Amino acid sequence: MKLDSRIPSGPIEQAWDQARFDMKLVNPANKRKFNVIVVGSGLAGGSAAASLGELGYNVKCFCFQDSPRRAHSIAAQGGINAAKNYQNDGDSIYRLFYDTVKGGDFRAREYNVYRLAQNSVNIIDQCVAQGVPFAREYGGALANRSFGGAQVSRTFYARGQTGQQLLLGAYQALEAQVDAGSVKMYTRTEMLDLVIINGKARGIITRNLVTGQIESHAADAVILATGGYGNVFYLSTNAKGSNCTAIWRAHKRGAAFANPCFTQIHPTCIPVSGDYQSKLTLMSESLRNDGRIWVPLKGGDKRSPSQIPENERDYYLERRYPSFGNLVPRDVASRAAKAVCDEGRGVGETGLGVYLDFADSIKRLGKNAIEERYGNLFEMYNRITGEDPYTQPMRIYPAIHYTMGGLWVDYQLMSTIPGMFVLGEANFSDHGANRLGASALMQGLSDGYFVIPYTLGNYLASNKLEKVDTSAPEFAATTKEVNDTIARMLSIKGKRTVSSYHRELGKIMWDNCGMGRNAEGLTKAIQQIQALRQEYWQNVNVPGSGADLNQQLENAGRVADFLELGELMCRDALARNESCGGHFREEYQTEEGEAMRDDENFQYAAAWEYGGENAEPILNKEPLEFKYVHPAQRSYK
Amino acid sequence: MNLTLHVWRQANAAAPGRMERYDARNVSEDMSFLEMLDVVNEQLIAESKEPIAFEHDCREGICGSCGFMVNGVAHGPQRGTTVCQLHMRHFKDGEELYLEPWRATAFPVLKDLVVDRGALDRIIAAGGYVSVRTGSAPDGNAISVPKEAADISMDAAACIGCGACVAACPNAAAALFTGAKISHLGTLPQGQAERSRRALRMVEQLSLEDFGACTNIGECEAACPKQIPIEMIARMNHDHLKAAWQTRGARKSGGGE
Amino acid sequence: MSTAALAPPNSARSLFSSVIVKKAIMAATGAALYLFVTVHLLGNLQVFLGPEAINTYAAKLKSIPEILWGARLGLLTLVGLHILTTIQLMKINSKARPVAYAKKANSASTAASRTMYLSGPTIAAFIVYHLLHLTVGSAHPQFSETDVYSNIVFGFRVWWVSAAYLVAMALLCTHLSHGVQSMFQSLGFNHPKHTPRIKKFAHAVGLIYFAGFASMPLAALSGFLPPFFERL
Ligand SMILES: Cc1cc2nc3c(=O)[nH]c(=O)nc-3n(C[C@H](O)[C@H](O)[C@H](O)COP(=O)(O)OP(=O)(O)OC[C@H]3O[C@@H](n4cnc5c(N)ncnc54)[C@H](O)[C@@H]3O)c2cc1C
Ligand code: HEM
Ligand code: SF4
Ligand code: FES
Repeated sequence: MKLDSRIPSGPIEQAWDQARFDMKLVNPANKRKFNVIVVGSGLAGGSAAASLGELGYNVKCFCFQDSPRRAHSIAAQGGINAAKNYQNDGDSIYRLFYDTVKGGDFRAREYNVYRLAQNSVNIIDQCVAQGVPFAREYGGALANRSFGGAQVSRTFYARGQTGQQLLLGAYQALEAQVDAGSVKMYTRTEMLDLVIINGKARGIITRNLVTGQIESHAADAVILATGGYGNVFYLSTNAKGSNCTAIWRAHKRGAAFANPCFTQIHPTCIPVSGDYQSKLTLMSESLRNDGRIWVPLKGGDKRSPSQIPENERDYYLERRYPSFGNLVPRDVASRAAKAVCDEGRGVGETGLGVYLDFADSIKRLGKNAIEERYGNLFEMYNRITGEDPYTQPMRIYPAIHYTMGGLWVDYQLMSTIPGMFVLGEANFSDHGANRLGASALMQGLSDGYFVIPYTLGNYLASNKLEKVDTSAPEFAATTKEVNDTIARMLSIKGKRTVSSYHRELGKIMWDNCGMGRNAEGLTKAIQQIQALRQEYWQNVNVPGSGADLNQQLENAGRVADFLELGELMCRDALARNESCGGHFREEYQTEEGEAMRDDENFQYAAAWEYGGENAEPILNKEPLEFKYVHPAQRSYK
Repeated sequence: MNLTLHVWRQANAAAPGRMERYDARNVSEDMSFLEMLDVVNEQLIAESKEPIAFEHDCREGICGSCGFMVNGVAHGPQRGTTVCQLHMRHFKDGEELYLEPWRATAFPVLKDLVVDRGALDRIIAAGGYVSVRTGSAPDGNAISVPKEAADISMDAAACIGCGACVAACPNAAAALFTGAKISHLGTLPQGQAERSRRALRMVEQLSLEDFGACTNIGECEAACPKQIPIEMIARMNHDHLKAAWQTRGARKSGGGE
Repeated sequence: MSTAALAPPNSARSLFSSVIVKKAIMAATGAALYLFVTVHLLGNLQVFLGPEAINTYAAKLKSIPEILWGARLGLLTLVGLHILTTIQLMKINSKARPVAYAKKANSASTAASRTMYLSGPTIAAFIVYHLLHLTVGSAHPQFSETDVYSNIVFGFRVWWVSAAYLVAMALLCTHLSHGVQSMFQSLGFNHPKHTPRIKKFAHAVGLIYFAGFASMPLAALSGFLPPFFERL
């Protein structure tokens, strides 16, 4: 497989301008003749579909929820970064670029990241104009907060509901296009396969989740913006429906999957409380601005937190990383929490938790100020745990949160299948081995509003695309495969439920491919997953039929894909003999337990090619070049 | 604790439905309501019965997917809480719970507790947006928004589109939902240009969708998991009446859009 | 159903087809009727000042037919519009929820607010009776064209007539206790400080007006209002 990243040459500051100038344009009168499929209605898909519809393309947009507004982006709490430097604290596009490359532990493409930082500025403007009610100062200007991994205040927010408000902005723009007739929205419709004709992506096969109907949709280009795959771990902060089906099936049709093992663990989530637990809830990272993280100095200290005097507490982040303190990047904070819990100093019933304490801030700023900032988060914590964080410290523990890996795309966001573009969390592009807080929203919107409208046009204008409709034999063939898989799943009627398999897979992944990984565990995990997958196809019980709304069937398809992706993640983690960002190989650490990168051998993006059923995947490498930010050991001390 | 559930079961939109009785055994206090249903469903599957269909996604009270009636109250007894965030510690051992789907002509039942809320999307499509071409916006700080206005706007914008207001309203009106969007955009300077058109078209869409008419009784506000106040309905009424008055003769004088 | 791909809804017809405009008409007519009720109550309370006072008042009202008939026509129109919108909204609302809940709890609404569509029509029926009883007189066995005082006193001495009036007035006042606050909301006024006050005021209106209206039949029944000459 040839990986042509199409990175522009020339100075990075002008690269995107130049690239845009070099791109071919589609004549305005012709846009209407092009059919474009957008799968996903989150920040990436929603903004793309709205912008493309506005440009005049004939867009079909798909989501599996009952409304595009419910895409998982809605759940993002903390904020969105932009290099506006409104605070006059020394921020700039270059600094955001620098921070993101460094935060990603030098495993992202510089040119992509620079473009992202440039677009960040326009995103805020666009969203403000749409009516996103960002927080304001009394003077009427936009307010900012700071976020993990940065020393400037560049995060824009709308209370604790930033993702919701940004998504509503994109959703509203999308609905305006639906009203105008340029976008047709297909809700409760799940993409189950990609149709390739003459080597190009020309359509998708979907299932109507209400009627069970399998349908074909033809197009000139297909855009996937289907979000992340963190649910491979079963328990994660992702919505229950988040899945890898669209990207995984596209992978099996030829799209390379890049850096699958790069997953982000978020340090501040509510700890697990029982086996029935169905998901983990994130407490926004912004809490680390005012909360102090600690555990008892001595292991096994079972006193209630208020009874532990100051000198018997260990504020371990402040101690180990004096200059960033509680605001170290997520991977660092997460590993540090795991380390203290492994030492037996964890708190709460399970011992898997650390305190996040607001007592000092409440004393300093008053309860009102804290309530103003985090009221809804405190309420949420109280609802879930029954405890009051105003009077007793929160208990938090790391949880799977985000996947930096995803389908490989070039600078123009096109995958290795011509005509198939991938946006948002579903691609691998901008965050390297670790994503900084408040940067995913930025990336999704940058891809959707400000990149794809150009690069899609370029593709359409520079390729001669023959007319294709759903009567092409490729549609029938792919439909048959989809139908066969569904029929097979429904016919097993075995003994175990779908979610029992999902849970088991999640445990294997968390234990072996989670916060700490090692060759032995990964090798074992690969075998366990293979065995589990085999059992799944013999013993899973999917009740009901395929001809109506069947949530078990929907889930069964997703879990089947996770069972394959999980193995690839372990293989990727095993192949990467270094520690970087969210990927921590226990064999490769410094004496103080910090990650040890190996730039000589692993300064590349791993792009995995599907090898076929039961065949090993093939590793392709895209070497990474750092001309502007020179790789150095990250240090947050 | 052990509970008795009476759940509305309906195979599809065309089929008749009925209430059926189920036992939920060994429910833990720390479970969320939906986790309790997950456990009931696993049991049903083990007994080769159809699991109960209910909608959910984020389970964090933000996506607006979940929602059904628990003992006649939308999203159940805890105020300001979606049913996915409702925890079982609010129930007593031995309680009987009635679970029913949202009921409204505009929300046809698709299966069990799942309804079609597409009407809410169409209300937004009718005018719940600010038209701004991608890339054409002025600098974010060029539009100054007083903090008070931003705060009211945000209060309204917090709506998650769950439909509980419709479900709780004796008239199945979607006034709170629509009022929230009209207020969100109408209180911001960016939303002024289309304020009239928005208030006219969104309200017209309400009727086209067969929602009922508001009688100002406040059940919606009590049921709303985001505690959107009915003040937002008054704002909608204000905007709509003003717009209706201003455009009253528009067609006669040949004025279109 | 697709969104209204119609022309902008601004023709005169669609102006009145809007549920919010209908509700505003209801509020405006309700407010006017509420003013009438206030004046009517104050006028009627003159019965306690003795026959002279109220009979003169009544005679004065009747002496200028233009005003009297103007007011009557105006009131009829108001009631007519109020009822018309009631019927229209009732039709819309009865279509909006085809299947009732097996269990439904009320969390915020008051009995008064939930029964507007019962109290209203009952008041309408009462108005018809009331006109036949004390205006036209055909439902009053001892009706006099000029002696309003006696019409009231003798009319109310029949216990079931008083009972009917009391029930109707109770309903009118519950109607007002919701209506007076509701009309502000319908006309687009809601204020975090003033609205709670308006609510209190509306409840007070309900109670005070009921006390005022109920005092007359009760006084007549208990003999507190003396007949000033026996026509029998
Ligand atoms: C709890 C939480 C908090 C977060 N907070 C922040 C934050 O503060 N700042 C920040 O920058 N980032 C945050 N993130 C990360 C960020 O929210 C996501 O990375 C981002 O929103 C992803 O957007 P997306 O458009 O790529 O995908 P999504 O929003 O996940 O959208 C995926 C879309 O694809 C559709 N879809 C998926 N599969 C299919 C299929 N097979 N067929 C049809 N449709 C399909 C879905 O219906 C959906 O519409 C947070 C994430 C979580 C989980
Ligand atoms: C003296 C007589 C009456 C007075 C003073 C009166 C007053 C009012 C007022 C002030 C309102 C509030 C308007 C609003 O909600 O915006 C109202 C509402 C209403 N009235 Fe009347 N009304 C009277 C008679 C009637 C009659 C005769 C009917 C019915 C046939 C009626 C039916 C209603 C209804 C259905 C409402 C709407 C309630 C709601 O939507 O909550 N009313 N009335
Ligand atoms: S107004 Fe409240 S109840 Fe209604 S849809 Fe919005 S969040 Fe749900
Ligand atoms: S599942 Fe998202 S709000 Fe309840």
